[in-house]
Amino acid sequence: MISLAHYIVLGAVLFCIAVAGLFINRKNVIVLLMSIELMLLAVNMNFVAFSRFLGDVAGQVFVFFILTVAAAEAAIGLAILVLLFRTRSTINIADIDSMKG
Amino acid sequence: MTPQLLQLICFYAFAFVTVAAALSVITLKNSVHAVLALVLTFFSAASLWLLLEAEFLALALVVVYVGAVMVLFLFVVMMLDIDQEKLREGFVKFLPVGLLVAAVMLGEMLGLIGVRAMQARVMGADPAVAAGMPNIEWLGHALYTQFLLPFEIAALILTVGIVAAVALTLRERRGARYESASQQVKVDPRKRVRIVKMAAVRPDEPTAPQEPQP
Repeated sequence: MISLAHYIVLGAVLFCIAVAGLFINRKNVIVLLMSIELMLLAVNMNFVAFSRFLGDVAGQVFVFFILTVAAAEAAIGLAILVLLFRTRSTINIADIDSMKG
Repeated sequence: MTPQLLQLICFYAFAFVTVAAALSVITLKNSVHAVLALVLTFFSAASLWLLLEAEFLALALVVVYVGAVMVLFLFVVMMLDIDQEKLREGFVKFLPVGLLVAAVMLGEMLGLIGVRAMQARVMGADPAVAAGMPNIEWLGHALYTQFLLPFEIAALILTVGIVAAVALTLRERRGARYESASQQVKVDPRKRVRIVKMAAVRPDEPTAPQEPQP
């Protein structure tokens, strides 16, 4: 029998893979964006599982909104990436330091 | 083989593919391959959601993510001419830190889940079916009654997203000729044509017929 814990463990594993991806790909903005997408997927997995096991529709509605916001975020993020590449002709994070943060 | 056992086997198979694809997303050298691995991750996650009887969200994940967002990623990755080797610098350097943080986080989360899993919850009847409707109807009822305002705001966010994306990437090339639609519409005809009132001019006496020019 599949239990709730199966899905939560899977979500936790996906989230940790995404965190590791953020750490080991510190130079490549595209992989960073993809790691964020993976994190959102892990969270969505938990929401869907809880919604199903608790019989509450709010979880699935929330996943719907997360998908919406994530799509907008990906579109704007990639637009910024294209703009960055056009002006600096690099997407290496180490080279993008004009704000001296 | 009972249906439950088959479900469990399917869960493990899909979960294995999901985790393996997610691992290859963060380790693959070529960004295009990483995007394709992410497509596989999303697709197997959608299959897992189908196992949870969340049919609409599973299909939305395939359509919205695999069909739109990932294709956008692919376009951008293929359009940018990036030096893959340069971006891989520091991969080995940050690998131990990343693995350590991820492992500690995973341990903590698994510990929490382990405590709660004592009261194991098994999958009951499908709540949508219990309410007497399919999954889409169940979700749609909630979206259009209880969550109507957030739903409209989500639409607004998407509109803002597309406006921002277009406004960010639009650029005017120097030297190219554009016509500005707003200026064309705003044109005032009185600025283009000047109508001058004047009295009609009538010759007082007939002038002598001019000599025809040779």
